[in-house]
Amino acid sequence: MSHTVADLHRGEQGTIESLSFDEIPLALMEMGCLPGKQVTLVQAAPMKDPMYIHVNGSHFAIRRETAERILLTKRLCDEF
Amino acid sequence: MSSKKINIALVGNPNTGKTSLFNQLTGMTQKVGNYPGITVDKKQGGCKLPDGTLAQITDLPGTYSINPNSLDESIVLETLLDTDSKDYPDLVVVVAEVENIKRNLFLFTQVQDLKIPAILVINMADQMERKGISIDLKKLKEALKTEIVLISARKKEGIEDLKQAIVNYQEVPREIPFQISGKIDVAYFNELKNSLKEFPLYKSWLLLTQKQEASFVSKTSRRILASFKKDPKKVKKYQHKETIYRYKFINDILKRTYLVDPSKAKDLRSRLDKVLTHRVFGYVIFTGILLLVFQSVFDWASVPMDWIDGFFSNLSKTVKHSLPEGVLTNLISEGIIPGIGGIVIFIPQIAILFLFVAILEETGYMSRVVFLMDKIMRRYGMSGKSVIPLISGTACAIPAIMATRNIAGWKDRLITILVTPFTTCSARLPVYAIIIALIIPETRVFGLFSLQGLVLMALYILGFAAALLAAYVLNKVLKVESKTFFIVEMPNYKLPSVKNIFFEVVEKTKAFVLGAGKIILAISIVLWFLASNGNRDFKNATQQVTEQFSESEISEEALDQKIASYKLEHSYIGVMGKLIEPAIAPLGYDWKIGIALISSFAAREVFVGTLSTIYSVGSDDEGTIKQRMAAEINPVTQKKRFNFPAGMSLMVFYAFAMQCMGTLAIVKKETKSWKWPMLQLVGMGLLAYVSALITFVLLK
Repeated sequence: MSHTVADLHRGEQGTIESLSFDEIPLALMEMGCLPGKQVTLVQAAPMKDPMYIHVNGSHFAIRRETAERILLTKRLCDEF
Repeated sequence: MSSKKINIALVGNPNTGKTSLFNQLTGMTQKVGNYPGITVDKKQGGCKLPDGTLAQITDLPGTYSINPNSLDESIVLETLLDTDSKDYPDLVVVVAEVENIKRNLFLFTQVQDLKIPAILVINMADQMERKGISIDLKKLKEALKTEIVLISARKKEGIEDLKQAIVNYQEVPREIPFQISGKIDVAYFNELKNSLKEFPLYKSWLLLTQKQEASFVSKTSRRILASFKKDPKKVKKYQHKETIYRYKFINDILKRTYLVDPSKAKDLRSRLDKVLTHRVFGYVIFTGILLLVFQSVFDWASVPMDWIDGFFSNLSKTVKHSLPEGVLTNLISEGIIPGIGGIVIFIPQIAILFLFVAILEETGYMSRVVFLMDKIMRRYGMSGKSVIPLISGTACAIPAIMATRNIAGWKDRLITILVTPFTTCSARLPVYAIIIALIIPETRVFGLFSLQGLVLMALYILGFAAALLAAYVLNKVLKVESKTFFIVEMPNYKLPSVKNIFFEVVEKTKAFVLGAGKIILAISIVLWFLASNGNRDFKNATQQVTEQFSESEISEEALDQKIASYKLEHSYIGVMGKLIEPAIAPLGYDWKIGIALISSFAAREVFVGTLSTIYSVGSDDEGTIKQRMAAEINPVTQKKRFNFPAGMSLMVFYAFAMQCMGTLAIVKKETKSWKWPMLQLVGMGLLAYVSALITFVLLK
């Protein structure tokens, strides 16, 4: 199983490796969600859906189904 | 050009203070209109520049990119591409915020790529020092080949500098620092450029990447564009590459020009979000805020409402006594004045509700609500963004339905539009308020909560529950294809600006008064006419009644009242009310309430106005409407007409029925079909009738 934004714990960071969508939503990239960028999980709603993330200077919320498709490289730091 | 007026468009991300800047530049000259065919607000205003020329400023909807994701964002695309439009900008002012400059520059480079003169405004510059941000303006200007103005719209700082920069806009270099053609598939983009020489390359690219064809482009051009679209995968890939290269270009510039000292960054956001978006406290706080809002609206508005009620009642009396007797005096005192009173009376409620909604949006809290509620709303086929229309719907469904335009998926949006009229709008409040006052005692529960307030809250909950239930059913039944993608920015928390909130509240209240108000006034006059004219029985009323009571001993005053009530019963409106009485009698209503129901199908609020017209025509007692309704007796049961079962049944009817012509019109406009408003009218009407019937039967 690959490591994705949906696997992050609150406060945890990761680096985006790629976006694995059949059709990548352009809006996600335009908000700054690009490969190579660091992403932090700021807060998650119950059942981790939606997820509130911080990436490339932007703070925004995405649904879990989207988060599951943002693949990360190995974990950088762990608060827990 | 003989006219020296220049067109300026404000473009920027949401939450950058673009509207604050617009308010500062235009002040009271701003006007809100409509874009043709759709209901997106078009905000324009004038601004006098230092050299004496007049600038027309258009505040375009906030967007993160020229590529639109929703209806209002597509306005930005269209305005910037349709060169023949009268609103085509001579200059675009891109408004960025000091903390989010990177994403704002993304939009800026897109605008520049369209070869429209563009200058950059960096707002909230006053917070730079506090947040540890420093910008090398000179280098940034050179790198972006543009003029940059630092402003602080809230504090009115830098506004004059911006005006001067606008005057000098023709000196802005036309060079484009980032060009799409140089980086990706050079041959492809060169071919595109040469095939459509009359357009800037980026315009052609934007036109060909959109799902919808632009109506303002000639057929020949559209055909050429279509030939470049043959490989949609390639087009997508190039769009992604464009985004990556654009960000790379911006990152390289910002590395040299933009510095943040992390030790100075005070993180108010993360501290607040820990609580406000918490999986437990977040919901507790949101519920608390909702309760506070609704309780305040009811408490605060009741004083001015009583005052307005009394004022119009007195005015009516004064006019009737001071003007010479006649048809015109009657029209004014019994038709027009109560009609206007029926509009003015809920200005306090609408204004207070919009005040709260505006504050929640301005502070950035509303985005957190969207985050908290998305999962729940999704179960009902809506999106977290549907919460804003549903809350706004408690003021008025018309602006609420317009607020659905930022919901990306068509199915989410359609369901939200269809169920929003179930939320308790302020037009229902006067109906509820008057019935609650009549049938619910003025006691306190546990010595704390007013019972009347609790009943009102239950009605609000009933409205929301009906909306969710209807959404659930619609979600199962509707076969609408739509792809949804949910992405919601969580902006920084801000103190709300008094000026922005003022304009917001005035604009929404004005829209209600002018839009729905016209219908109410017109109906009031028609009703007055129908109530003061009638068939032969009506004309012979005096004779008939006098003959009937000639044997019995009756005072002259009582006789007059009998005549008046006989007249009302035989007026045109009485005939109409009686015609539907058999249908509504099972719900506990008489023909007088029937009249009010008929007139309410134009707009609910007319209920109160209608009854006030009916009773002021029907008797000479000039007490307020409430007293008159309380005195109504059901001739069959000899009990009060507005007793508990009938009152509850009536409130349930009003909770569910689609009785608003203004809303039907806006739904037609938004869905571009009569199918959906008709579905609302029939579906909600049936639900209202059946539920009211059940309520009455159970409580009787």
